[in-house]
Amino acid sequence: MKANVIIKLKSAVHDPQGETIGHALAGLEYDQVTSVRQGKIFELTLDVSSKEEAASMAREIAERVLSNPVLEVFEVEVED
Amino acid sequence: MPRFAVCVFPGSNCEEDVQYALQNVLGELAELVWHKESSLAGYDAAILPGGFAHGDYLRVGAIARFSPIMDAVRAMADDGKPVIGICNGFQMLQEAGLLPGAMLRNQTLTYICRYLYLRAERADSPMTQTLANGEIVRIPIGHADGNFYADDETLDTLERDSRVVFRYVNEAGERDESSNPNGAAHAIAGITNEQGNVVGLMPHPDRCYEPELGTDDGRKLFESLVAWTKDHA
Repeated sequence: MKANVIIKLKSAVHDPQGETIGHALAGLEYDQVTSVRQGKIFELTLDVSSKEEAASMAREIAERVLSNPVLEVFEVEVED
Repeated sequence: MPRFAVCVFPGSNCEEDVQYALQNVLGELAELVWHKESSLAGYDAAILPGGFAHGDYLRVGAIARFSPIMDAVRAMADDGKPVIGICNGFQMLQEAGLLPGAMLRNQTLTYICRYLYLRAERADSPMTQTLANGEIVRIPIGHADGNFYADDETLDTLERDSRVVFRYVNEAGERDESSNPNGAAHAIAGITNEQGNVVGLMPHPDRCYEPELGTDDGRKLFESLVAWTKDHA
C-alpha cells in the first residue's frame, strides 16, 4: 500500500524559496503565474492490509516526524 | 566543580570548539557525550553544539530530536539545569519543543557566515549573566536557516515575558535591516524558555573566545554559562 504525505507551508508563513521560483517564472514570461509556494512530498510504502490503516499510520507519521506544526500543514493521500 | 556535557550527534561539527572554550580557555570540566547515550546523570549543564546533525535531512534538527540523548536533555531542562543550543543546537531545541518557533531559510536564500552585533536583552540568562543589560557583543553567525519564525501570538508572549535574550543590532546597538541579514522576526538571535534555564542562540560564541579569533566576546557568554551554572547548582 502506498501513502503520499504532502507537506505545505502554512499560508501565513513567508516562503522565500517559492518567491524566488516565482521571480524566475516571471523572467520566463509566464505572466499568468501570480504566486508559487514550495512544499514537499513523501511517498511511504506500507505493509498494511487496509486503506484506513495506511491513512491512519501516514497521518501519525506526518504529525510526529515529517511535518513541523509551527510552520507546516500536511495532507495524506492513499493509493490502491 | 560543575561538569558540562557537550552532546555530539552525527554531523555535529562545533563540539570541540565548545569543549575547548569551556575546558582550555576557562578551565572547566567539559566532556563530549554521544547522542546514543540515554543519561546525563552527573552533569550540571548540557550544550547542543552547531553543525549539521543527521545531515539536516528532513528539516534542521528534526531527526536529532529523536536521538536517545534528547530525553536526558529534556530531563535536565525540566530540572532547571542550564541547557544551551548553539545554531544547529538551537534548531534541535525548537524541534524538540523545548523552545518555541522554528527557523526558516535565510531571506537571502544563502548561507551567511559573518560577524554581527548582538544586544543582550536581559542580563540574567545562562548566556548573559556576566553581561550588562543592553551590552553589545560581536559574535559571528554561520547558517542557512536562521530566519526565526513564530506566529504573532508566540512573538507577543516572547516580548511580553522578556524571553528574547539576544537581538541582531548594528554597532550602535540599534535595530536595522542590514544588521539582521537572515530576516529573523523581531531581529531575534536568541531566546529562552519560560523558566529561563534553556537558551537557544544562532550566533557562535564558540568561534570567538580569544582575541586571535577576531574578538573574544564569545568568552563572556561562556563565562556567563559557568557563573549561572555555579549559582544555580
